[in-house]
Amino acid sequence: MTTLIAIGAGIAVLSGIGAGIGIGIATAKASEAIARQPEAEGKITKTLLLGAALAEATAIYGFVIALLIIMLLGK
Amino acid sequence: MGNLAEELMSQLTCETAFTIPIFGGIGIPESVVATWIIMAFLVILSIWLTSNLKVVPTSKRQVFVETCVVTLQGLFDDILGEHGRKYIPYLVTVLLYIACANLIGLVGIKPPTKDLNITAGMAIMSIVLVQFAGIKGKGTKGWLKSFTQPMAIITPINIMEVIIKPLSLCMRLFGNVLGSFVVMELIKIIVPAFVPLVFSLYFDIFDGLIQAYVFVFLTALFIKEAME
Repeated sequence: MTTLIAIGAGIAVLSGIGAGIGIGIATAKASEAIARQPEAEGKITKTLLLGAALAEATAIYGFVIALLIIMLLGK
Repeated sequence: MGNLAEELMSQLTCETAFTIPIFGGIGIPESVVATWIIMAFLVILSIWLTSNLKVVPTSKRQVFVETCVVTLQGLFDDILGEHGRKYIPYLVTVLLYIACANLIGLVGIKPPTKDLNITAGMAIMSIVLVQFAGIKGKGTKGWLKSFTQPMAIITPINIMEVIIKPLSLCMRLFGNVLGSFVVMELIKIIVPAFVPLVFSLYFDIFDGLIQAYVFVFLTALFIKEAME
């Protein structure tokens, strides 16, 4: 039973992959944009932070679900 | 694994610090006590910083305060625009509170943001403010009408958004604080010396401040969206 719970929690955390890819692409594009237009750095940084926060949300949901699995089933 | 689950469980549940002996005993959780400490700290700091202000600043303290206030207002000024300027004091207050709450772990007190109830309360306050700004900005009729924008068919989705927005705000803050805590615990188990110090700089300080900023930044964006 414990093994199954661990596997389930691990699968839930896989949602981090999407967030990782998303934030990676966002950061790459942001550094490109800053290189092209250094004077717009402030605005780009703000947009990047917002985008990263929104992309990160999926990973957080996965983490919360994994935690709930361990908490509720692992007793 | 059972050990780790127990450890996590003890960190998740907020213990009752003490009980007020009226109405059959009101339990005061630890996170509320930590919040009181932060409140006391912020209030005393503000009273100390804002006493003896002069039109032409003569003391270094006043110059410092003015720089801080202008910088913090500048964070939200171009998001909210002219009509939203009255919401800035609330946003800055929440920013300061969450930043202090995330950093208080460094002093050895359990961060109150690790309690789901605190983040949920703040998210509910945010969404009430967002809807209030919507009603004030557009009038009651315009506010009700905005639920059917841009098409009448997506009204259920617009109503769902009222619940989803604070839920996502609350879960983001809580998940981030708890997530960085769990990662730190795991690192401490693997390498007990030196390495946790380096990672703690990122997870405890940088991440906490970024999350405080993201929380108020999203609230400001929602307010702007509701006012238009």
